[in-house]
Amino acid sequence: MEKIIFEQLQEEMFYEKLDNGLDVYLLPKKGFNKTYATFTTKYGSIDNHFLPPDKDDSVKVPDGIAHFLEHKLFEKEDGDVFQQFSKQGASANAFTSFTRTAYLFSSTSNVEKNLETLIDFVQEPYFTEKTVEKEKGIIGQEITMYDDNPDWRLYFGLIQNMYKSHPVSIDIAGTIESISHITKDMLYECYETFYHPSNMLLFVVGPVKPEEIMALIKENQNKKEYKNKPEIHRKFEDEQIAVAQKKQVLKMNVQTSKCLVGIKAGNTNQSGKEMLRNELSINVMLDILFGKSSENYTELYGEGLIDDTFSYDYSQEQGFGFAMVGGDTNEPDILAEKLESMLMKAKAGEGFTAESLERTKKKKIGSFLRAVNSPEYIANQFTRYAFNEMDLFDVVPVLESLKLDDITKAAESLIADERFTVCQVIPKDK
Amino acid sequence: MAVISETIKDMKGYKLHIVKTEKFKTNTIVWKMKTPLTSENVTKRALLPYVLQSSSKAYPSTSKLRSYLDELYGANLYVDVSKKGEYQVLSFSLEIANEKFLSDPEPLLKKGMELIAEILVNPLAENEAFDRETVEKEKRTLKQRIQAVYDDKMRYSNFRLVQEMCKGEPYALHVNGEIDDIPALNEQNLYEYYKQAFTEDELDLFIIGDVNEDEVQSIAEGLLQFEERTPKSLEAVKADNVEEKTVKDKEDIKQGKLNIGYRTNILYGDQDYYALQVFNGIFGGFSHSKLFLNVREKNSLAYYVASRLESHKGLMMVMSGIEFNNFDLAVKIIREQMEAMKAGDFTEQEIEQTKAVIENQMLETLDTARGMVEVLYHNVVSEQKVSLDDWLNGMSKTTKEEIVEVAKKVQLDTIYFLTGLGADK
Repeated sequence: MEKIIFEQLQEEMFYEKLDNGLDVYLLPKKGFNKTYATFTTKYGSIDNHFLPPDKDDSVKVPDGIAHFLEHKLFEKEDGDVFQQFSKQGASANAFTSFTRTAYLFSSTSNVEKNLETLIDFVQEPYFTEKTVEKEKGIIGQEITMYDDNPDWRLYFGLIQNMYKSHPVSIDIAGTIESISHITKDMLYECYETFYHPSNMLLFVVGPVKPEEIMALIKENQNKKEYKNKPEIHRKFEDEQIAVAQKKQVLKMNVQTSKCLVGIKAGNTNQSGKEMLRNELSINVMLDILFGKSSENYTELYGEGLIDDTFSYDYSQEQGFGFAMVGGDTNEPDILAEKLESMLMKAKAGEGFTAESLERTKKKKIGSFLRAVNSPEYIANQFTRYAFNEMDLFDVVPVLESLKLDDITKAAESLIADERFTVCQVIPKDK
Repeated sequence: MAVISETIKDMKGYKLHIVKTEKFKTNTIVWKMKTPLTSENVTKRALLPYVLQSSSKAYPSTSKLRSYLDELYGANLYVDVSKKGEYQVLSFSLEIANEKFLSDPEPLLKKGMELIAEILVNPLAENEAFDRETVEKEKRTLKQRIQAVYDDKMRYSNFRLVQEMCKGEPYALHVNGEIDDIPALNEQNLYEYYKQAFTEDELDLFIIGDVNEDEVQSIAEGLLQFEERTPKSLEAVKADNVEEKTVKDKEDIKQGKLNIGYRTNILYGDQDYYALQVFNGIFGGFSHSKLFLNVREKNSLAYYVASRLESHKGLMMVMSGIEFNNFDLAVKIIREQMEAMKAGDFTEQEIEQTKAVIENQMLETLDTARGMVEVLYHNVVSEQKVSLDDWLNGMSKTTKEEIVEVAKKVQLDTIYFLTGLGADK
């Protein structure tokens, strides 16, 4: 077991790669009541075309299957796992993103038992035709719930505008039609492909004794047989550089319009230090441009084009990436135009000063401290970083090292006219 | 050992609550102001914190104020307006890095407290009026904030349920006020209300973090002093004869939103409040509860179905999203679960399981500074002095008989259904 010390943060973390390939990280947090654990596979909604182990041909699976599998792992022959967790005083949950499926619990007692329950339920699938059919009704209601949510429709509409062939444009839960094709055999096939320990990461954070927890995990894993596993072969079609569609307007039952401007990232074939530096540079750039202390924000708010729902964000994973800026507005077209022109000015290097960079770096460092108050943040973000070969605890040193040049270069390469797109939600009667 | 140690000090015009803890990398400052909800003041009050947080005398524009916050290592300032029972509560929060985790040793807590005080007592105002432009901008944003409720159908259906169920009671008011009130608000009458609020409201300052109590007290004393007051408090009004009603609205939506309101007639601090917590947990609070098992797992009618308590008003709300034509079936199943509770149709194991999960939930809440403040503020609202240890202890001692007694008190008041345009009936 390796011990990693973060002096400035006054934290330490323990790491070991087990024989079956599972990465285990433990971060003891003194003073906290709860222990939070995530067990995550590098498998999400975009992994819909792949070569199953011991097969010669690749398969394409229905949209929404990774999320469906996440739901179904909770059901066992003798009932559902939620019951067992709550008997042990824990609350359990799971989520599926574009690139990950995470199972988690938090508890303030019976930590060892809960940890065993977490590992075992994820590693012991039980799918039957009957339970698969039953879940279609439940997930169907989850899908219609999102259909009525204008912010979700706006977000996904924007991603669909950007990507023509890449599966990131597919809704994570799929559609009622697509999930109707899911069978128990397909679930097993996905499971066998993506749930091998060598494709997974276990993170435990809380008031735990690292030696004891590591011993427990190892003992649990040593009892289970895992074949050595070949690499996972995922298939992705080539994606064009330009956006698929410049604009989409969704008419919904709302009173206030919404508008998001998106930029499809050019180079996303990155990992490790290169990706971390790029991601942080873009985040700092967006903060300088659109943070509440910026001239742009003052102008847009002063003109009544934005309100406190205004936000901006950058996401990147292997193979896709996008920035988005916007929120509720009474003038969706004017806002889109203004945002695009502000971004084009930034591309030309306008608005970045040494003073604004230093201020924003301080702000980012402070928000990182705030974030590491949260066990959830540490476990989830650490896992995401690790899957991209980055280290969450490099954030502060890399932020400190950013130069004005990094920011102007990030703006120059991210922003481009052909990679802009706009999605709006407009009231039906307008 | 106590799960949390809170020190309360009487200051001039307010109470100072200090929780000393080493578990966070930041210090949190929360200022709360509370007074009864009234239709006369609700909208003014909803506007006030947003005007105050946008600038001050020393930082006369939002960009100047926000730049200063960035300089303070991204100190996070936010305001909030909420309903606690029939009180309208304003919160001003500032979370600031603890410099012992920074390479820069500049002391930050004092600066954070100074900034909160600056925003509260030194607003951008002259001749008894706020800055006109700021007020106009924030009126526009408030209007959009009110409208946003209609656009989120889950929030909207809950809001409609409360509106129907509590008709004629202050609780029916929306916490952000009414769009129709906004045009009449201006820089003068808002300033007048600002002075009134600081004279009449019950005021509380919370400081959470690795702090020195004496130091915090002396900083607070130097920055914030107000006239002494006796805060307005409300007599709890309990509803006696509840007549069950059903209300349906039609909207152009894809999923029906079912919200059911019950009167529990039990408030925070009441003898049977702990039993009510356990009752709610067995009935609908968790993913092992009767609602989740029967509405979702057994019948596949919903993705979400849960119940939650309003502890200062004596209400319990059930919420779920279902297909339009499953309304009758879902209501029938939910009624059956309530009947089962009243009949004592639940096991000792369900009770134990629920107690364990409630305790877990409470302890987890105390792992965030914000959660601590919310938990401690229950005592302010209810004029009680329940320690967290008493709370956990009281809850764990609840018996099955007490839970059944509580179940018998719970009365269904209103069934609200937001259904689609094409739906039957």
